[in-house]
Amino acid sequence: MKENILTVDNLHVSFKTQTGKVTAVRGVNFELKKGETLAIVGESGSGKSVTAKSIMRLLPKHNTEISKGDILYGEKSLLSLSAKEITDIRGSEISMVFQDPMTSLNPTMKVGKQIMEGLQRHQNMTKAQARDRALEMLKLVGIPKAEQRLDNYPHQFSGGMRQRVVIALALACNPKVLIADEPTTALDVTIQAQILDLMKDLQQKTDTAIILITHDLGVVANMADRVAVMYGGKIVEQGTLDQIFYNPQHPYTLGLLKSMPKLNEDKGQPLLPIAGSPPTLATLGEGCAFAARCPHTMKVCHSYTPQDTEVEQGHTAACWLQDVRTPKASPGEVLGVN
Amino acid sequence: MKRYLIQRIGYMIITLFIIVTATFFLMQLLPGTPFTNPEKLTAGQMAVLNAKYGLDQPVGIQYLRYIGNLVQGDLGYSFQHEGRTVESMISSRIGPSAFIGLQALIIGAIVGMVLGIISALKHNSLFDYGSVALAVLGMSIPSFVFAALLQYYVGVKLGWLPVALWEGYSSTLLPSIALSVTVTATVARFIRSEMLEVIGQDYVITARAKGMTEKQVVVKHVIRNALIPVVTMLGPLAVSIMTGTLVIEKIFSVPGLGEQFTLSILVLDYSVIMGITIFYSALFIFVVFVVDIIYGFLDPRINFRGESA
Repeated sequence: MKENILTVDNLHVSFKTQTGKVTAVRGVNFELKKGETLAIVGESGSGKSVTAKSIMRLLPKHNTEISKGDILYGEKSLLSLSAKEITDIRGSEISMVFQDPMTSLNPTMKVGKQIMEGLQRHQNMTKAQARDRALEMLKLVGIPKAEQRLDNYPHQFSGGMRQRVVIALALACNPKVLIADEPTTALDVTIQAQILDLMKDLQQKTDTAIILITHDLGVVANMADRVAVMYGGKIVEQGTLDQIFYNPQHPYTLGLLKSMPKLNEDKGQPLLPIAGSPPTLATLGEGCAFAARCPHTMKVCHSYTPQDTEVEQGHTAACWLQDVRTPKASPGEVLGVN
Repeated sequence: MKRYLIQRIGYMIITLFIIVTATFFLMQLLPGTPFTNPEKLTAGQMAVLNAKYGLDQPVGIQYLRYIGNLVQGDLGYSFQHEGRTVESMISSRIGPSAFIGLQALIIGAIVGMVLGIISALKHNSLFDYGSVALAVLGMSIPSFVFAALLQYYVGVKLGWLPVALWEGYSSTLLPSIALSVTVTATVARFIRSEMLEVIGQDYVITARAKGMTEKQVVVKHVIRNALIPVVTMLGPLAVSIMTGTLVIEKIFSVPGLGEQFTLSILVLDYSVIMGITIFYSALFIFVVFVVDIIYGFLDPRINFRGESA
């Protein structure tokens, strides 16, 4: 068993808004092991990005509160680090790739310089050394004519090429953890595949652990070793890729999988969407956040929050259906999956 | 680049030509002529003067003559000051105006930038609210109010600086300070909103995620990008403030161009009105042009060939 490199323990994050406190992340637990890829899946507003940004401590200080929980990098609590200490970790130990490559690079700075900045900051490199390393990174992420491209500005790159630059920038200091927040959402489908392949390839070369945040189950199937499904600020189900895709236990996970179109399905088969819409985080109280949309909801779901239950080795689901007191009928059987 | 420059200069000439034409004919619509003083001039004398300055010709001919002279760089003679060229009247008056204006611009730009930048960095703090309130006051209260206050308190009560007149460097300070209030307020507000916009950009988060310190993020990524649009604003502002403002020059008795301009309108000194208008317009057009060129150097996304790289 590989060691944990990152542990998120019972994380609660809330925002002060004009209408009151909104808790966007309400008790997230997960572990990331060296060199593995953990996919965090969920709809918009489920708390994926907030979780990711809390790890990097990139949320705006003035209206964010991490009220409970901890984030451990190795043994170190990231939440208790000073501002100086966290900037030492950002970009060198833990890096991040953002969703939109069109806006995530500084438009008035040459891309080479943007990569070099981090290197000079973290690795005490001279300008020449940093430039060499930046060049090496651009070559590594497959940018043609990298030597000339170093001195280009971001607007001279296409979207896919820019995302490659962003990845080069994130990996330049050999971080142990890479957080990729929907890295392919803004790209064309063909470019998406290239970028994912690139990330997989680089991961094998550098043994970086990846947290991949996405709402695209296809991307998950392609990339992940383990999957965490988020809903309403919580991880409702967590397990290996096979466990989640072939033996889903939470009705929400099941709903997500059923709503995907399948290649081998007959023409004219309607997609099966999950009825209703995601909950408003501001008004969520006790009970399961998914209860209102769940086809298997029981009385208990509305008044008590389900706890994580281990379904099998390394596979947990937070659903009352898993409770020993619930009469057994696996949701898979009911809905005829498998 | 070369093609762009040629095209641009062509447009500048056309613009200037339109301004000259419009001003020339608008001026003819003003009631009266430069030489209408029945108490001092006889009809015969008036006719002689009109003939001397070409005012007896039809307006069309006058216009063509004026343009003809203008093309040769000749702005003509003053109608009211015997024997003085318009050129010499402008050049003798522009100095004080430009000096006061430049000084005001420097004070305003520096103080405004500092206020605006701190304001944006301490967004929603007491400092921020305070400087926004000051900026609104500075923009909405006319500069002659500040001028009068400065004269009374700094000039008369404290006696630190001369109240008015044009006697040495110390007398340039009060008018400059009075003028700088509006500049400060405009610049502060502008920079603050530019900074806030840039702070919210994704690439600033990227810079933080790279591990840059807060200072590095602000200096290298935020301020640089926020300052680019300021150039657009400062250019034209510089022209309008350096070519003289009537009110401030009047209040402080500064022998500047603004005062001259107003005077020439009152006495219908046609050639001087035209001359100052052309001077002002040409300067303005030129500065806008220079700003656009500078912009191309500051912002790599702009290229002058009109092709996408």
